[in-house]
Amino acid sequence: MVKISININDRAYSEEVEDNALLVELLRDKLGLTGTHVGCDTSQCGACVIHIDGNSVKSCTVLAAQVNGKDLTTVEGLASEGKLHPIQKSFQNNHALQCGFCTPGLVMSAVDLLKKNSSPSEDDIREWFEGHICRCTGYKNIIKAVQEAIT
Amino acid sequence: MYNFRYHKAETIETARSLIEQSDDPKILAGGHTLIPTLKQRLAQPSDIIDISSIDELKMITVGDGFITIGALCTHSDISNSPDIKKNITGLADLAKQIGDPQVRHKGTIGGSVANADPAADYPAAVLALDGEIITSTENHKATNFFVDMFETSLDSDEIITGIRVKIPKSSTYKKFRNPASGYAMVGVFMARYEDDVKIAVTGASSSAYRMLDLESSLKSNFNNDIMADLAIDITNFNDDIHASAKYRGTILKVLLEEAILELK
Repeated sequence: MVKISININDRAYSEEVEDNALLVELLRDKLGLTGTHVGCDTSQCGACVIHIDGNSVKSCTVLAAQVNGKDLTTVEGLASEGKLHPIQKSFQNNHALQCGFCTPGLVMSAVDLLKKNSSPSEDDIREWFEGHICRCTGYKNIIKAVQEAIT
Repeated sequence: MYNFRYHKAETIETARSLIEQSDDPKILAGGHTLIPTLKQRLAQPSDIIDISSIDELKMITVGDGFITIGALCTHSDISNSPDIKKNITGLADLAKQIGDPQVRHKGTIGGSVANADPAADYPAAVLALDGEIITSTENHKATNFFVDMFETSLDSDEIITGIRVKIPKSSTYKKFRNPASGYAMVGVFMARYEDDVKIAVTGASSSAYRMLDLESSLKSNFNNDIMADLAIDITNFNDDIHASAKYRGTILKVLLEEAILELK
C-alpha cells in the first residue's frame, strides 16, 4: 500500500492505495467521485479525463500512487454554489449530450482548452477532442457548445 | 494488472539503488505506454520505480548549437516550448502529432525513446538531429542506440536523463498517420545543416534508420529532381495489416519529396 495526500476539488484527502490502483479507481470506487467515467480503459475514449495540476489527462492511465501531492479537479469540482460552470451550461443549451457517458471527460477537456486558448477555431476544438469518443451526438453540438462558451 | 511494488524515486541516485534492489524493475515516467502494457499483461515487472517527480529532468536548455531536452519533458512541453519552436520547428511539429492533447500532457520523450517502438516518432528526429541519448551512466550516439524493435543499447540499470540534439538551419517532420492509432505508418524527419543534410525514417521497418545515400546526394544537390530516379529498398520493410511493404515504400517516397520541397 502507498500513502498519498492529494487535493481534489479544493478538498484535502489522505488515502492509502494499492500499489497498482489506477487513479480513476481511487476516484470512483474509494472516494465516490463517480462523475469521472471509465469507457475504454485504454486511453482512447476520454471519458475519464480530469485535471492534474491544471492539465487535462486520462485518469485511467495514471496510477493513484503517482498523484501524491498534486492538485486534482474532477467534473464534480466545476459547478459552484449550485450554479453550473459556463461550459456545462453551454453543453446543456446546445444539446451537446445524449446518453451523457462521454460528457464529463469532454467538459473537462473543454475547460482546459479554453484556459489555454481563449479563442480556439473550429479546427482547434476538433483537434483538442481527438482523444474523445462520443457515440450519440456526432460531435456537431459538442463543437457548438464550446463555441458558445467562447463568447 | 498484475501486482507490483510501487516506489517513488526523488533522485536519480535513489532510482538507481532501487533498480539494484529489485528483481525485475521498470522505470515509470509518463506511463502512457507502460501502464497500458501492464494492463494488457504484456509485462510483469516486480517493481515500478516512478521517476516522474524528479524536476531536474523537466528542463529544456539551449546552448552552443545544441538543445538538451530533459527526459521527463512531455510531448506537450516540447510542442509548446518557444526554444524548440524557434530552433527546431520539425521537432515541435513532431511532438504535436503524437497521440492526442490529453496523452501529450503525460507522455514523455525519455519514455518514448527508451521504449523504441518501431512506429514511434521521436527516434526519427533524434537520429536526424545528430542526437545523443544522455543516461545515468553514459552518452549514447543515436546512431548506435536504436538496435531493433523495442530494443536499444540501454543497460538494464541505465536511466535516460535527457536527449541532446544539434540545432539545424531548418527541419521538418512528415508523417503518414495510421488513421486508427495515429502511429506513424511511415515518418520522415529531415534536417538541413550548413554543409549537411540528415534524414531518418520511422515506422517503415523494425527500427528507425538514417538514409545515408540520399543524404549524400542531397548534400551535393538539394533538389527534388533527385527523387525521380530514387529506388526505395523495401527489403526489410514492415508488411502487416496496416500496410504492405510496397505501400510503405511508396508513402516514404512521397514524404521524402514533400520534405525536400518544404526545405528547398
